[in-house]
Amino acid sequence: MDATLAPRAPFDRTLLLVVPAALFMLLLFVYPFLYGLLLSFEPPQGGWLANYQKFFTTDNLWSTIWTTLRLALPATLVNVGLALPIAFKMRQKSRYQRVVTTILVVPITLGTVLIAEGMLTYFGPKGWLAQTLQFLHVYEGSIRLTHNYWGVLISLVISGFPFAFLLILSYITGIDPVLARAAATLGADRRAQFRHVYLPLLAPGLAMCFCLSFVQAFSVFPSAVLLGSPAGPTRVISIAAYEAAFEQYDYSLASAIAMIMGAVQLVIVALALGVRNLFYRGPVTGGKG
Amino acid sequence: MKHDFNELKLDRVTRRFAGAGGNAFAALNELSLTIRRGEFIALLGPSGCGKSTALNCIAGLLPLSSGTIHLDAERIDPLPPERRGFGMVFQNYALFPHMSVARNVGFGLRMRGVPAAEIDKRVAHALSVVQLVGQAHKLPGQLSGGQQQRVAIARAIVIEPPLILMDEPLSNLDAKLRIETRAEIRRIHRDLGRSTVYVTHDQDEALSLADRIVVMKDGVVQQIDTPQRVYGQPSNLHVARFMGYRNVFPMSIEREQGDRVALSGPDFPLTGTRMLPLTDGKAMVAIRPDDFVVGEPADGLNAISAKVDLVEYAGRESLVDLVTASGLRLIVRTAEPVAAGAIVHVHAPVERTLVYPAE
Repeated sequence: MDATLAPRAPFDRTLLLVVPAALFMLLLFVYPFLYGLLLSFEPPQGGWLANYQKFFTTDNLWSTIWTTLRLALPATLVNVGLALPIAFKMRQKSRYQRVVTTILVVPITLGTVLIAEGMLTYFGPKGWLAQTLQFLHVYEGSIRLTHNYWGVLISLVISGFPFAFLLILSYITGIDPVLARAAATLGADRRAQFRHVYLPLLAPGLAMCFCLSFVQAFSVFPSAVLLGSPAGPTRVISIAAYEAAFEQYDYSLASAIAMIMGAVQLVIVALALGVRNLFYRGPVTGGKG
Repeated sequence: MKHDFNELKLDRVTRRFAGAGGNAFAALNELSLTIRRGEFIALLGPSGCGKSTALNCIAGLLPLSSGTIHLDAERIDPLPPERRGFGMVFQNYALFPHMSVARNVGFGLRMRGVPAAEIDKRVAHALSVVQLVGQAHKLPGQLSGGQQQRVAIARAIVIEPPLILMDEPLSNLDAKLRIETRAEIRRIHRDLGRSTVYVTHDQDEALSLADRIVVMKDGVVQQIDTPQRVYGQPSNLHVARFMGYRNVFPMSIEREQGDRVALSGPDFPLTGTRMLPLTDGKAMVAIRPDDFVVGEPADGLNAISAKVDLVEYAGRESLVDLVTASGLRLIVRTAEPVAAGAIVHVHAPVERTLVYPAE
């Protein structure tokens, strides 16, 4: 039958429900993004690529990529790596599951700034941790876990872990436990069950969790300022962008830095999703439910 | 892990669960059973009767609350499932969705460290046993339900287990596939001769597959017998009801002579066969719908006349609902043409009229 003669499907009015969200995305995400992208190619002086040239030739700008990666990658690996075994242990419904989940998730409700405040009084040179260790004569030396690299890393773990945990927990509980039982009857001990059944089925979820955790950690800003040394080892890329925008009032350069930040995130996410594609990504049950 | 045995002995195997209000209840209560080599045992009962619990206890997926399990001389109940080496087929197949059919079937062999070349050979053989040659490279998701269950069976038999455990393996299949796969299971059991414990709530499955049937109710064994005896001589009323004795009604005992019992009721007298010692003056009579015969009896015994209330056509035969003068409802299966509203005469043979103590 000629396609042009086919009766046109009547307009589905429920599609209109998409309009507010679409407008929201357009006005608050797409437009600012495109605006920033164009702005980054309109430097006050020089050619259209001058900002990017400046970024990659100025020592305290391009190095922020490595500074940020040095924080975000370990933080992400620690978060995913810690969340996986704990979520695995918590996979079965028990009366502890809810309690532990609640405790682990509390940091999400606090927000970065509150966590930073708490960490300053806890991990500081005269903080509770130092005082306790000295009181118990466990460690007498000075403790420097704030205003440096470690302070920021710890705060990224505290704020990022609950997120990674919840995400992985939801992936794990989606895997039918009867698969592990089947593996057990076939001779697989607990290790083998994890390695051959849970891990391969979780791999795509872990890659996804890695991506989201990484993006979150890479855009670190408040804790890098409050808990790190923003002039030195924790001068992350978002600080460089902030300085360009609000100290030098060079919005164009700031936009360029933001674009580079997004590009780096995109590269890492693309790599992680590429790895994900190597794994099986179908349903995670063993047959009819 | 053994590949063969003479007998698997369950001795008072009990499994308790924490129930509502902190009271432990026994999902499985003192199951004692000896499974001989090559035997096909069906655990039969309604849902919640403890049959799956029993299977999981044998597999090692559930620890026992008390009791022991011996495989010949070796006590195996403290062993985890991976060290028992029993093959298990699950209701929902439980195939590893990320592995091809061949890798699913070969999983148990890989766990045992069997050399790759031998794995390939044995997997190919197992797939030919379940008639799935040519599907080896597919993922389970690409197969039909019946094929998936056959992969699960191949995966369980390829490790040459001393015992194969099947947990309602057919209940997710449609009616036609269920009958085909049932025949397949029967053929595989005949060819391989592996001892099998098969859990089902379907009496037809149990009757057609098993050498012996274990009928269970509320965690307690009701009868362990051959299909013929479970079908023909249920040990009590629960088993009788479950095995399709749909006419169960009370009567008064007139006298007993040997195992013959003369009974009286408001509509008709009956002579039945005593199945259990009777105590007081009341008894329960159990008759299967297909044991009724339409027409007058030659010996004059057990004649019943009643009005036809409903006729349910079932192909070659009909299920007929009868109502007697006092309002007793009887279900009769017959090939004779009967019309609703008519008065019919039926009778039940004395040896097929089973008499149990009143409940």
